[in-house]
Amino acid sequence: MNLTMRRWLPHTVALIALLALLYPLLWLLVTSVKPADEVVTSVNLWPSHFEWSNYSTALDGVSGVSVTRLLGNSLLISLGAVVGNVMSCSLAAYAFARLRFRMRGPMFAFTVATLMLPQHVVLIPQYIIFNKLGMTNTFWPLILPKFLAVDAFFVFLIVQFMRNLPRELEEAARIDGCGPFRSFFHIVLPLSRPALITTAIFSFIWSWNDFFAQMIYLFSPQKATITLALRNFVDQSSTSAYGPMFAMSVISVLPIVLFFFVFQRYLVQGMATSGLKS
Amino acid sequence: MSVSQIDVPKPAGPAADRADARRRARGRREARWPAYVFLTPWMIGAVAVTLVPMAVSLYLSFTSYDMFNAPHWVGLRNYREMLFDDPRYWRSVLTTLKYVVIAVPLKLALALGAALLLKRLRAGRGFYRSAFYAPSLLGASMSIALVFRALFNDGGTVDNVLGTFGIHLGGWVGDPHLATFVVVMLTIWQFGAPMVIFLAGLQQISPELYEAAGLDGAGAWRQFVSITVPMLSPVVFFNLVLEMIQSFQVFTPAFVVSGGNGGPADSTLFYTLYLYERGFTASHMGYASAMAWLMLLAIAAVTAVMFKVSRAWVFYADEAE
Repeated sequence: MNLTMRRWLPHTVALIALLALLYPLLWLLVTSVKPADEVVTSVNLWPSHFEWSNYSTALDGVSGVSVTRLLGNSLLISLGAVVGNVMSCSLAAYAFARLRFRMRGPMFAFTVATLMLPQHVVLIPQYIIFNKLGMTNTFWPLILPKFLAVDAFFVFLIVQFMRNLPRELEEAARIDGCGPFRSFFHIVLPLSRPALITTAIFSFIWSWNDFFAQMIYLFSPQKATITLALRNFVDQSSTSAYGPMFAMSVISVLPIVLFFFVFQRYLVQGMATSGLKS
Repeated sequence: MSVSQIDVPKPAGPAADRADARRRARGRREARWPAYVFLTPWMIGAVAVTLVPMAVSLYLSFTSYDMFNAPHWVGLRNYREMLFDDPRYWRSVLTTLKYVVIAVPLKLALALGAALLLKRLRAGRGFYRSAFYAPSLLGASMSIALVFRALFNDGGTVDNVLGTFGIHLGGWVGDPHLATFVVVMLTIWQFGAPMVIFLAGLQQISPELYEAAGLDGAGAWRQFVSITVPMLSPVVFFNLVLEMIQSFQVFTPAFVVSGGNGGPADSTLFYTLYLYERGFTASHMGYASAMAWLMLLAIAAVTAVMFKVSRAWVFYADEAE
């Protein structure tokens, strides 16, 4: 008796916690197919019938801009961030992890320090600069900085990973006349694939979820991302449009959920390693 | 063939040493300039996206600037106004502090609890770990912020559930005393990220320590206090610093719950929300810059204090010997 209790108690607790944790997601799914009059008034979680038209309303989009366009904008920005971060952060990380140069200590310390820098300190001047360059209401302010390795978290993550790769391979390559560029592209980069995948997924999801920067830089409806459109949806419509709004919410989190299911091993691992050996 | 031919002896002596040193010196020389090539994007970014904007923002904080006319030097006026003549500024400071002080410990306690629970589970640990982690990714999205607002709204699920227990609080979102807690709830819901870090930390503690303690007759509680807590303290500290820095900057949920303006009655006027309003709605870029700099100083100060205090309670195993 006592033994079965000990075995089952943790599972019971974990399952109850999981149920509570997933409730908001279940609620989101159900509400996205609820008829308008049941969204606010009904206490039942389950709808009396499924109102699939919520989704067709959501697909029409906001302010005459279709959801396809909104998703496309989000996708473009997120993919830009992925390419930019993977390229620039892996280059910088290789130098910090594997090469020797005079300013390495201070420069790496600077990178670690910017982990603590609130973005608000640089936000206003960045906005002014992009405004002067005529780049507001374009995607450039959201993509360009990613090509300059400014997300210190990723540089840090890849450095941690590269440091743990065996040195022997590069040393052998060097004796064979392989310079740092070739050993970066042919040896270290392929071996760092797990760290690069982690960087890519986090870049994508963070960019996709971003709201603050997108709100500041993008103001025409055609340039809006799905996140911005959702917020405009709230502003425009009364509570009667709850159903379509949450249908659009479901559409907007779908890519994250998808990414999560496919790459959860990397995500969890990436988060875990970020906390160790620091 | 004799044995000596197979394991070729390494060339020894001063000549070989010199050759070796030369090779090493060349290796070092070779590595110098390529490093800066690899770092070119990073260096441009550090200067153009971080250092120069920081300097400009510091300068702007001493000016009055509306984006259209040239900045106009006003000395410490922004700071003086903020600290002495702006009740909304203090409102935003207190709201943010209240949120950080409540949300961070709760989130970390839950994360640690969950990590300890998962460590005990043999079957399904991977599944639970992933499932508990999922909210950490979704929670930052606009969608989930909207869900939480609806759940805590008047007549929403939380209201109904509490109602069946005879507790009638009404909608949290519209209540100045409770609105902040909707943001707190959304934050706590995302305990999966620190949990994963805790779990990794727990797995690094050598099982031999527990075995030895068990042989010495230490019970579960004693083992937790004498082994788990000290061995895990660096990870606790890391999570604490990280979550605190992030919490100071909370924006999306605050924006959604408050309807974008800090309402009701400025009760959810988080620091970042007020900064956004001053800078981008009211076009007081100088004032917003001053706010950003005080935020930076506050975060730096709190972090420094935490590092100081950490010496008393954070235990690094490799320093012990």
